Amino acid sequence: MPHWIEPHPTGIYVRPADAWIDPSVPQARALVTHGHADHARGGHGHVWATEETLAIMALRYGTAFGTPVGYGEEVRMGGVTIRYVPAGHVLGSAQIVLEHAGERVVVTGDYKRRPDPTCKPFEPVPCDILVTEATFGLPVFRHPDTGSEVDRLLAALHAHPDRCVLVGAYALGKAQRLIGELRGRGHHDPIYIHGALERMCALYADFGIDLGELRPATGIPAKDMRGHIVVSPPSALNDRWSRRLPDPITAMASGWMRVRQRARQKNVELPLVISDHADWDELTDTLREVAPSETWITHGREEALLHWCMTHQMRARALEMVGREDEDEG
Amino acid sequence: MRAFSQLLDGLVYTRSRNGKLDLIANYMRTAPDPDRGWALAALTGNLDLKAVKASAIGEMIRDRTDPVLFEMSRDYVGDLAETVALLWPKREDQPPEIDDATLSLSAVVDRLHAVSRAAAPAKLAQMMDHLDASGRFALLKLATGGLRVGISARLAKTGFAQAFNLDVDDVEECWHALSPPYTTLFEWAEGKSDRPDPAGTPFFRPFMLAHPLEAESVDLTDYAAEWKWDGIRVQIVGTGEQTRLYSRAGDDITGSFPEIAAAFRHHAVLDGELLVKGEFQGGQEHGGAAASFNALQQRLGRKAVTAKMMDDYPAFVRLYDILLDADEDLRALPWEQRRAALETTVPKLDPHRFDISALIEATDFESLADIRAGARDAAIEGVMLKRRDSPYVAGRKAALWYKWKRDPLTADCVMMYAQRGHGKRSSFYSDYTFGCWTDEGELLPVGKAYSGFTDEELKWLDRFVRTNTVNRFGPVREVEKSLVLEVAFDSIHESKRHKSGLAMRFPRIARIRRDKPPHEADTVAGLRRLVS
Repeated sequence: MPHWIEPHPTGIYVRPADAWIDPSVPQARALVTHGHADHARGGHGHVWATEETLAIMALRYGTAFGTPVGYGEEVRMGGVTIRYVPAGHVLGSAQIVLEHAGERVVVTGDYKRRPDPTCKPFEPVPCDILVTEATFGLPVFRHPDTGSEVDRLLAALHAHPDRCVLVGAYALGKAQRLIGELRGRGHHDPIYIHGALERMCALYADFGIDLGELRPATGIPAKDMRGHIVVSPPSALNDRWSRRLPDPITAMASGWMRVRQRARQKNVELPLVISDHADWDELTDTLREVAPSETWITHGREEALLHWCMTHQMRARALEMVGREDEDEG
Repeated sequence: MRAFSQLLDGLVYTRSRNGKLDLIANYMRTAPDPDRGWALAALTGNLDLKAVKASAIGEMIRDRTDPVLFEMSRDYVGDLAETVALLWPKREDQPPEIDDATLSLSAVVDRLHAVSRAAAPAKLAQMMDHLDASGRFALLKLATGGLRVGISARLAKTGFAQAFNLDVDDVEECWHALSPPYTTLFEWAEGKSDRPDPAGTPFFRPFMLAHPLEAESVDLTDYAAEWKWDGIRVQIVGTGEQTRLYSRAGDDITGSFPEIAAAFRHHAVLDGELLVKGEFQGGQEHGGAAASFNALQQRLGRKAVTAKMMDDYPAFVRLYDILLDADEDLRALPWEQRRAALETTVPKLDPHRFDISALIEATDFESLADIRAGARDAAIEGVMLKRRDSPYVAGRKAALWYKWKRDPLTADCVMMYAQRGHGKRSSFYSDYTFGCWTDEGELLPVGKAYSGFTDEELKWLDRFVRTNTVNRFGPVREVEKSLVLEVAFDSIHESKRHKSGLAMRFPRIARIRRDKPPHEADTVAGLRRLVS
């Protein structure tokens, strides 16, 4: 008999609830873990997600639709009890906990274990089946302490008062977290932001996340941005947009920055290893802690994690999911 | 170790020369002794450690990680030292990504000096436990003897000089009187002692360089003319006991050309062109021949040279000038007197490895122009003009020496691909690959250029690339084959590296030919006829 949860290339189907988790094609009923485009697509009939995720989807895809589900709240759907639990990835991100026929399945979505001033921390939920990501599923990925990375950014800024530091950070999540981390490190100067970040930062503020004074980086003289931090989406780092800035030091906040060649390819001068995904130690520690009897790996470098599970007597399989990692690359 | 590992990281990621100099200068000012001295040794390639073999590193990591995970990681990262540095598992009681500041660079150097081959893996492992990923990478690179941060010894010395407001040439002059960790050098730099005395050591003197000739003509009673040979400028410094070869940047290249150093036992400092024997450029009537620059290139940038390399590409030096004759400094003398001294010196040298650059006999400037025009057939780059009364002075001084290159060749080519530049140009598509037509009507790439245009033209070219992209391959854009570029180049050679079988020397964009339809661009066959 097939299991009541079925992995498909386009998402995870929860048969008794007739609902899909993070489907990559429009479905009538979708359970969405968080707002990144590779998990939250437009065009679904009805969406269940946290209030924050729904707001993010409304911002990106237009009209609001769907049922908000608060963290910890229980939803019953065709004999399945569904709960959303903080995943610590971005604002509103959730693990989806499903219980049916005496079995508990946790779908992590994307997650991380370290503190993030812009979202609730990950809560481990013991379960029978854990469906996990593996974006940084190689032991070379071990994110350093966030505070020391932010300090390197501030040191570069203070060493070059005539220049600005331009940080590439993904528009949803990373950009706001970076700003939050800077504030937490005592940096209260105005931060200039690319136009593509404005609405998302405003949305975070609406949810009570204080990002301090943000100013648009457009339409002001370059010299006003000297000695300041400018945040833009990674795609704008080396593009025409950045020509307006005063001799920028190019930085990028991403877990991939740990590997020299990756940073060099992106023309980055100041690579900051700041990630919203679990690193290798977080992935393996979580597996130990949650202790599922079976692990399914959705996307990333699943081979290494599979091998690790095998050598630790844990049952695991890789799912062939399509279209992941399109937007949030770490 | 953290300050040093951060410096290395900075040098890897910083593109601009000034940025790199700032990083080095800042480190040299702030790091403690003797750390900074060891760092200077490492950056200038003067840190002589018993190199730990890569196999020792492999052995060390296999004891500590799952071999399958290690192989997967190495496949992903590429570099062995980086892979090991990144996945190094620390002991349970230690925080994973902290440099605990218990290991200074000098402590690392001391231990690496002392370590035996057998004990290397264990000693390294012990040190690895105290470092963060950058520190572990720096340690492994130091241990295996290849920092590879993409800077020359000269740049490191320039950074050092900048830190203490010194003239790099003053540093250079005493450099070879010093040894790591350069205690006396730092004492002098900080004004605590006199400059170390370089007497008796083979140190580098800055080169005299030439301006391009822009005047219509010069008077040959004031200027002497000689051929401009296409090799690399070298300075041979001999003390009678030791001999060193320096490149134009002041880098010690003795190791790449041991046969030259071995053949020179003289006590003198000479300036000349390093060349490979052959018949490509020049001939009997030019006072000698030489192989092409491409042949010399086979010998450049090598740490170790095989006997076969020396046989296949035998090097020699064609001498231009003499700076010192024994201990007598001739640099203040007029060129004519130095030339006379050179002419008496050269016959005393091994004729197999040294000859003299011949002067061109021309009655007046017009006849010199004719001679120069004929030089293309002999594949000679051009003519040098040297004021007969010029002293030998560092750098480019107006009106003393001129280079008068023969006019460039040009070809009309079609832009095929474009790539972004670096640094200030990183938002511009500024590197262009262009091609010419085959007989079958196919475009084949014949070269790549990233200079020659004005800032305005660059903006226009960038826009052209963005609006005419037909394909993207990672950072490379393929463009609509519609734009003709007039490309200027000094010469063109057979090359196996390109599908067209041709390689240009110094290609640059001379003009954008918006007026010219692409099918009227030149052919590969036409270009081949220009091969010298």
